[in-house]
Amino acid sequence: MGDYSESRIKINGCEISLKRGGSGESMLYLHGAAGAGSWMPFMEILAGSFDLIVPEHPGFGASETPDWLDNIHDLAYFYLDFLKELDLRDVHLAGGSLGGWTALELAARCTFRLKSLTVCSPGGIYVKGLPLEDAFLWNAEESIRNLFHNQEIADRLLERSQTEEEKNVAMKNHFTTAKLTWSPRNHDPHLYKWLHRIDVPTHIIWGKQDKLLPVEYAEEYRKLIPDSRVTLFDECGHLPHTEKTADYCKAIVDAIGEFTA
Amino acid sequence: MKFFLFHLMPYADLDPDCAARHNTSWVTLPNSYYDPEKGAALYNRYIDELVRAENLGFDGIGVNEHHQTAYGMMPIPGVVAGALARQTKRVKITVLGRALPLLNNPLTVAEEYAMLDNISGGRLIAGFVRGIGAEYHAWGANPCESHARFHEAHDLIIRAWTEPGPFPFEGKYYQFRHVNTWPRPLQKPHPEVWIPSQGSQETIEWAAHPDRKYSYMMTFSPAVNVAKYLDMYRQAALDYGYTASNEKLGWSIPIYVAESDQSAVEEAREHIENFRNRFLKMPFEMLMPPGYTSPASYLRMKEAKSSIFAKQTIEKLMDLGMFLCGSPSTVRDQLIAYKGKLGFNILLPLLQFGTLPADLTAKNMDLFAREVIPALRISGDSEQIS
Repeated sequence: MGDYSESRIKINGCEISLKRGGSGESMLYLHGAAGAGSWMPFMEILAGSFDLIVPEHPGFGASETPDWLDNIHDLAYFYLDFLKELDLRDVHLAGGSLGGWTALELAARCTFRLKSLTVCSPGGIYVKGLPLEDAFLWNAEESIRNLFHNQEIADRLLERSQTEEEKNVAMKNHFTTAKLTWSPRNHDPHLYKWLHRIDVPTHIIWGKQDKLLPVEYAEEYRKLIPDSRVTLFDECGHLPHTEKTADYCKAIVDAIGEFTA
Repeated sequence: MKFFLFHLMPYADLDPDCAARHNTSWVTLPNSYYDPEKGAALYNRYIDELVRAENLGFDGIGVNEHHQTAYGMMPIPGVVAGALARQTKRVKITVLGRALPLLNNPLTVAEEYAMLDNISGGRLIAGFVRGIGAEYHAWGANPCESHARFHEAHDLIIRAWTEPGPFPFEGKYYQFRHVNTWPRPLQKPHPEVWIPSQGSQETIEWAAHPDRKYSYMMTFSPAVNVAKYLDMYRQAALDYGYTASNEKLGWSIPIYVAESDQSAVEEAREHIENFRNRFLKMPFEMLMPPGYTSPASYLRMKEAKSSIFAKQTIEKLMDLGMFLCGSPSTVRDQLIAYKGKLGFNILLPLLQFGTLPADLTAKNMDLFAREVIPALRISGDSEQIS
């Protein structure tokens, strides 16, 4: 589906897989824990407005797993190298969940090549007093059901049988996600201290029925990031890009339009 | 053959109804189910059982570490081992073992084991494990770092025991300016090391390495797996260029002996089924956190999930060779046969398991010591190497 190219690129000794489609200003999209094995419908829509670049993270999907990959900081530094290697400028950096966390870590370090930041239900901080579920104890079915408000989407996903290759990729992604997020669970206790350094317009997107990271986190991020705004989707779980694809893409495009107007 | 009475110290008074209300006896089972009055009595009963093993002629006694579970009440096994060190005089005391990757500071184990070795007069056997998957949920340690932390912690502990301190240690996970462990262990160069495992190729090849030649113990597994992994150890040794002695290989298995085959099964049924189906009960995600094993083992376990996690009857456990049960002559013959077939010279019988009460445990221990051990010692004499 869609008009995009696939390539491989080696950075800092690690060869990763890369999808790229569309034209316009560059948008680097950092995927979440489930990976970015296919060119998804939301990517196709965003490629209508941007030169969309979707790498598979080191340790995920068809990318290599480098010895140096231990934590989310390693991933953030990797993508700083990536931006430099591709000599991308005025980039709209976007990411969901684990990718959103990586984008925040990157932007807190250096926004030199960035024009805007969009994060959707990212990990990264811990808010005291908000109960969190232990997703690593969810069984296979719960791991899908709990990500969606609309259970028909979960039903469809659960009905699909996975190929051997898909199973292997899912396991690889699951292992790397554990490596990066197990402890401290899904956050970096020091990140909140430096989110004020993010000096590009930032858009925070969240599903109101997110069971993995509750929607209250959106407001906490808004308070910590100076030039930031929040968009919430009702009847939506942890993955707005899948559950509210059209609204999600429109919100991203509209906000970036306003940032750059 | 050498005999080590092994104890898990389960919280045997666990409310039977909790199995229906909770999907596990581990990690998330509310500790309101633990009644300290009952627990206190159990600790002392179990310690007495281990102490009595010395008079019954066992060569050693063993304890181990599990966290946040009714399966075993020894999160800090050194406390129990310390009590045993003072209440026994002859037997070896083995901790099977401390779960090294869970620790932020593995030097606590170097200290604890050195203290136990001193207090026991050099009777400690030092067990090192990675801990089962559930411990990583209980303790927050990253399962993906399990192997690497285990190796680094092990190296640090052995150096702390054998190199003159103070010296600096700069590892990936642990860093110290001054490693200078007081006390030093009594045994030279350090206590014998045993590696218990349920079968991991990486662990076996590491244990069998000529730099270590650590004894390897297979724990609660079907006999066919015990055979496979003990063979794997022997093959690893051959690949390294030496022949592994059966003295280095052990098997831990629950055993119940009674007057007849029939009475043994009748008396043990409820308690071994509780052990398997209630105390060991946990979902796949808890037993196998991502990264704890190689991807291949993870997928194998996932595919075999339904059989591994299904409830089992005493008959099934006996068929699988995960439980030996019968009259003294039955159990004796089985052990002689297994010894010949599997090739091991250390047996770690679990003579209390699940909800087995004090009187049946005492009878089991008496019969095993009096009517099973002597025959196996004779059968094993020709192979005694040590």
